[in-house]
Amino acid sequence: MAIAKNVKISRRGLLLGSVAASGGLAVGLRADGQFAHAQKAIGASGDELGVWVVVRPNEQVVIRIARSEMGQGTLTGLAQLVAEELECDWKNVTTEQITPGQSLARKRAWGEMGTGGSRGIRVSQEYVRQGGAVARTMLLQAAANQWNVPADELTVDKGIITHGKSKRTITYGKVAAAAAKLPVPDPKSMKLKDPKDWKIAGKPLRRLDTGDKLDGRKVYAIDVKLPGMLNAAIKACPVFGGKLTAYDDAKIKDMPGVRHVVRVDATTVAVVADTWWQAKRALDALPFTWDEGAAAKASSATIAETLKEGLTAEGDNGANRNGDVAAALKDAAKTIEAVYATPFLAHACMEPMNCVAKVTADRAEVWVPTQNGEASLAAAAEASGLPLEKCEVYKHDLGGGFGRRGGTQDYVRQAVLIAKQIPGVPIKMIWSREEDMTHDFYRPISQCRMAAGLDDKGSLVALEMRISGQSINAYANPSVIKDGKDLRQLQGLTAEPSDAYIGYTVPNLSITYAMRNSHVPVGPWRGVNTNQNAVYLECFIDEVAKAAGKDPLEFRRALMGKHPKHLGVLNAVAEKAGWGKPLPSGVHRGIAQFKGYGSYSAAVAEVSVSDRGKVKVHRLVFALDSGHVVNPAQVEAQVEGSVAYGLSAALYGESTVKDGRIVEQNFDTYELLRIAEMPPVETVLVPSGGFWGGVGEPTICVVAPAVMNAIAAATGKPIRSLPLKNMKLRA
Amino acid sequence: MAKLNVNGKTLDLKVDGDTPLLWAIREQAGLTGTKYGCGVAQCGACSVHLNGEVVRSCSITVASLKPTDKIVTIEGLAPNASSAVQKAWAALDVPQCGYCQSGQIMAATALLKKTPKPTDADIDAAMTNICRCGTYQRIRAAIHLAAGQIAAPAAKKV
Ligand code: FES
Ligand code: FES
Repeated sequence: MAIAKNVKISRRGLLLGSVAASGGLAVGLRADGQFAHAQKAIGASGDELGVWVVVRPNEQVVIRIARSEMGQGTLTGLAQLVAEELECDWKNVTTEQITPGQSLARKRAWGEMGTGGSRGIRVSQEYVRQGGAVARTMLLQAAANQWNVPADELTVDKGIITHGKSKRTITYGKVAAAAAKLPVPDPKSMKLKDPKDWKIAGKPLRRLDTGDKLDGRKVYAIDVKLPGMLNAAIKACPVFGGKLTAYDDAKIKDMPGVRHVVRVDATTVAVVADTWWQAKRALDALPFTWDEGAAAKASSATIAETLKEGLTAEGDNGANRNGDVAAALKDAAKTIEAVYATPFLAHACMEPMNCVAKVTADRAEVWVPTQNGEASLAAAAEASGLPLEKCEVYKHDLGGGFGRRGGTQDYVRQAVLIAKQIPGVPIKMIWSREEDMTHDFYRPISQCRMAAGLDDKGSLVALEMRISGQSINAYANPSVIKDGKDLRQLQGLTAEPSDAYIGYTVPNLSITYAMRNSHVPVGPWRGVNTNQNAVYLECFIDEVAKAAGKDPLEFRRALMGKHPKHLGVLNAVAEKAGWGKPLPSGVHRGIAQFKGYGSYSAAVAEVSVSDRGKVKVHRLVFALDSGHVVNPAQVEAQVEGSVAYGLSAALYGESTVKDGRIVEQNFDTYELLRIAEMPPVETVLVPSGGFWGGVGEPTICVVAPAVMNAIAAATGKPIRSLPLKNMKLRA
Repeated sequence: MAKLNVNGKTLDLKVDGDTPLLWAIREQAGLTGTKYGCGVAQCGACSVHLNGEVVRSCSITVASLKPTDKIVTIEGLAPNASSAVQKAWAALDVPQCGYCQSGQIMAATALLKKTPKPTDADIDAAMTNICRCGTYQRIRAAIHLAAGQIAAPAAKKV
């Protein structure tokens, strides 16, 4: 069978190969996950210069974008990288999205489309820069041919080619047509610029995609209008794993606008009406019976019990060990113990899940906010029963993603299953906020049992961490769990080298994972497991520092000699925040550092706690080393965004379980940070070069522990579980 | 049927009286700049102006409105995004995903109309819209910029 094994579309998500396989489909993807830079392959337009760039006679430069834009600014950053090598005039740059169908038809000429794991730039940077260089090379060659001079005598600046010897100039637009007819040079042979010579990349340029966000013009998928379109509201069994046994559509058939009542699958029903509001109103009036199944007995308390058992159980599902922790703890002059816990969390993207689908006997099309267009394509193919080549995905910029709209495209599947039953009619399916909050893939719940041993000088000689909790891979990607080991849940705590390894050297270390799954679906949530793991490690380190009678910054520094990049951001943030300098009375500092997504982050929080236990965050300072910085203004925006997302979680976030279902259904019970609680954020970027780290996610994981450590400094009591709204911070 | 005055035009909409203004605007008037976020007056994504006041259109029924009520949506705020608030939003690159921004801009515009020189506390009290991308720091700065309380940053030239 022509299906590549384990073609990884997203580290976070499903595998296109496996989905295609389960749909009985064949796709010719390369097994190694690599892709060919197609040389004028199928579907190539006549004016392209390599696969990434088109230059129009009017000097307009079209840069193609394969990754998704969900607010993180990747679109602008990628365009900057291409434009840098292209040497075009930034003023002339526009962008164009590649569709997953086009990509497949050209053997994935634009590489991976999945946008998660903070990889949009760091994983694409080399080949998009090569793409810019290829286009420049072709344009220069075309000018050289026209003037009959060697190409290496030409120079170019802002899209104007100059032959110095003959004092001739010509613009990109004038040679573009001739350039497009030339052979495409091997991208790998391109010599890329040293980042220190960048003129467009590395600069705080404005985003390319702001204009239509200011006046309502921007068309998100939820705004798509197609001729003859109907609208669907949907309801799945509120208990995960439960079934829809019956519904009485006679009761709603005659309500205004109602056209169809459709069973979507074993768990779900949809009402299709002229407008979404009519569909929603009818759905609310539709009588159902559910078979809620065994999971209806589950609650947050029963799940917590399961996790608790894992804290002390034998064996592990992954570990990072050195030395002999048991012996070292026994011999320690002082030991410290604690148990921490973090809850399930919903993503709450501002734009609820939605998808427009149109299915005929030989074509399935979807208009969708997706972080992973190829996973959407696979979902459309599987649900429609059509081969991938007969499906197409029109990616719309997302109204927030945060990991929710990645590899597992449940909402595309549903929309296609509805549309398939109403052939030829475009169906816009929108989840109500309540559906969205109660059928998410939640940030996994976990607990952590910690123990530390200090010697008589107060140095850390032993550290034990036992994490018991749910596994994302077990839910979304079980085939990657080999021999029961799932190191993903130890993100940020594994040994070097890795995308996210621990920055402390401890002579006796044992970090183990006990997989304890519940019936609640889990998935990546901005920052994924670095969030929980940074809370555990960084808050406990503060507890241990306190027990040792040492300053938390100095205590950390002593453990970080072998990890200069972790230490670099810690020092940078301490300096910027003025660690150790006097603060207004009642205000206290907390510090935290962590590595994730190839980048190093550290934060200092300044916090006060009122007599009644109310927390106020006065200031948050960050240092981030992402290796290189493509657009510092956008990196800062991501840091600020990570504060709002991370603080919402720390202060308020929890999705609790009762009778097998999620309790918090809307923003009245799932409270989110608003502007009044947003602290001023200061960011120091300390890119140390030589590597490419991510940006969208790394800093979020240090937000909560820095704040929690500052609260502990204020109250004298450690915080060991979240959210803070449940804690009594003052007696 | 309902007669609504939206962005200066009187529209005859084929809509049941219990329909929230939000959905009449989006689905009948076809103006999709006003967004659905929660449907329960919590997030502000659906903010529009009703007789000059900012309101959450998801929680107002069409039946409760008179043909003389003046409704302004983001599309009707100013030609070519030329209002002071929109220009400040552009100058500071406020939006990330952008989904909440129609509502944020409508709320900020209403604030500045009442309080032309708002303090941070005024902003905290008036701007209760949720932004999941976390653009709050820039929203605050952009409001002060639109109010003329701070200077515009120099645009970076390439
Ligand atoms: S949609 Fe109206 S306030 Fe959220
Ligand atoms: S910009 Fe994305 S929700 Fe505000």
